[in-house]
Amino acid sequence: MRLAAATLLALALCAGVLWAGTDGLSAFTTEQARRLAIARHPAAVPAALLEDGTGRSFRLDEYRGTAVAVEFIYTRCRTLCAVMGSGFERLQGELEQSGDELRLLSVSFDPEHDTPAALADYARRYRADAARWRIARVADRSELAALLATFGVVVIPDALGEFQHNGAIHLLDREGRLARILDLDASAAELRAHLANL
Amino acid sequence: MSPEHRYAWTGATLLGALAIPPLRSALEASMSLHMLVQIPLLAAAGALLARALPARALAFLAACNERGIPGIVLALGISSYWMIPRALDAVLASGTAELLKFVSLPLLVGLPLALSWPRLGPIAKGFVAANWIPMLAVVGWLYLESPVRLCNYYLVDQQVAAGNLLVKLSILLAALWLATLFWRPALWTGAAATR
Repeated sequence: MRLAAATLLALALCAGVLWAGTDGLSAFTTEQARRLAIARHPAAVPAALLEDGTGRSFRLDEYRGTAVAVEFIYTRCRTLCAVMGSGFERLQGELEQSGDELRLLSVSFDPEHDTPAALADYARRYRADAARWRIARVADRSELAALLATFGVVVIPDALGEFQHNGAIHLLDREGRLARILDLDASAAELRAHLANL
Repeated sequence: MSPEHRYAWTGATLLGALAIPPLRSALEASMSLHMLVQIPLLAAAGALLARALPARALAFLAACNERGIPGIVLALGISSYWMIPRALDAVLASGTAELLKFVSLPLLVGLPLALSWPRLGPIAKGFVAANWIPMLAVVGWLYLESPVRLCNYYLVDQQVAAGNLLVKLSILLAALWLATLFWRPALWTGAAATR
């Protein structure tokens, strides 16, 4: 009797830890956890000062009133960011066709290398239409850290002088809140469906 | 110094050393060191502390830990939690998670494991080994084969290296397990721990 009670107690404790630590067995990685947390509770994002390839500065909250899909890149990256670049190029085309107002924004977390010239070069490489899709860097280091922390983006330098980072499409709603975090290959139709469900 | 005191000192020194910030960050900088050195050493510190418990505490814990089963369940469950990628990430992002790791691994894994293993019957030992050793291999295989990076704070090549080592460790443990069929150290049969 005591054996059964003590074993059940131990099992309950372990099950509780696993349940709490994985949001009810639904998030086993930090990436899944941040997506779930944002979907449940959209988060306010800092109005970081951004600078694009033309050298023009603007604040993130200037998008308020229009939904915007944000991703974080560095232009020297040839792996994940290349997928993200061509993904946004494809999205740009889909959005153009459907006449959607959703904007696209690629934010560089490598302000040292990503000068306005490098950003402009990236924009050319993926045929970014400036009216729809802007590529910008966060000039201020402390603002950058706060922005990445709010979006849940972790950037770690690797041995080759490049970075590894988690990539996703971050959807800001019309109130400027981070409302959804989606896979890189999400289509315009999926983004639209998510925005309609907010 | 009595053996109890020696165990207490060794366990406490090990725990204290692991908590020193430079050593802590060095061991957490790599996923393999984190999973295969720091976490096992934290549990080992708890196992050493278990040997230093006074007789009254041992008697109380033994009464709650009939045949070692509740204790082994606790140790297995909590150690499984610390294999989840999110748990590894969390300690790098939050001091609270780090503190919970430094408390839970010695007290809820190492200590109950040391108190329970010698008391388990041969069938229970076989059951535990047959579940826990393949679990290591499965976790390692998941880390090796995952199409995505599982930890936001570790590089992909660290994930692969950790997965590789986990698989190798499970093979080594399985071999050791087979070896115990022919050779039984005192710790195994419980001769040393049932004082």
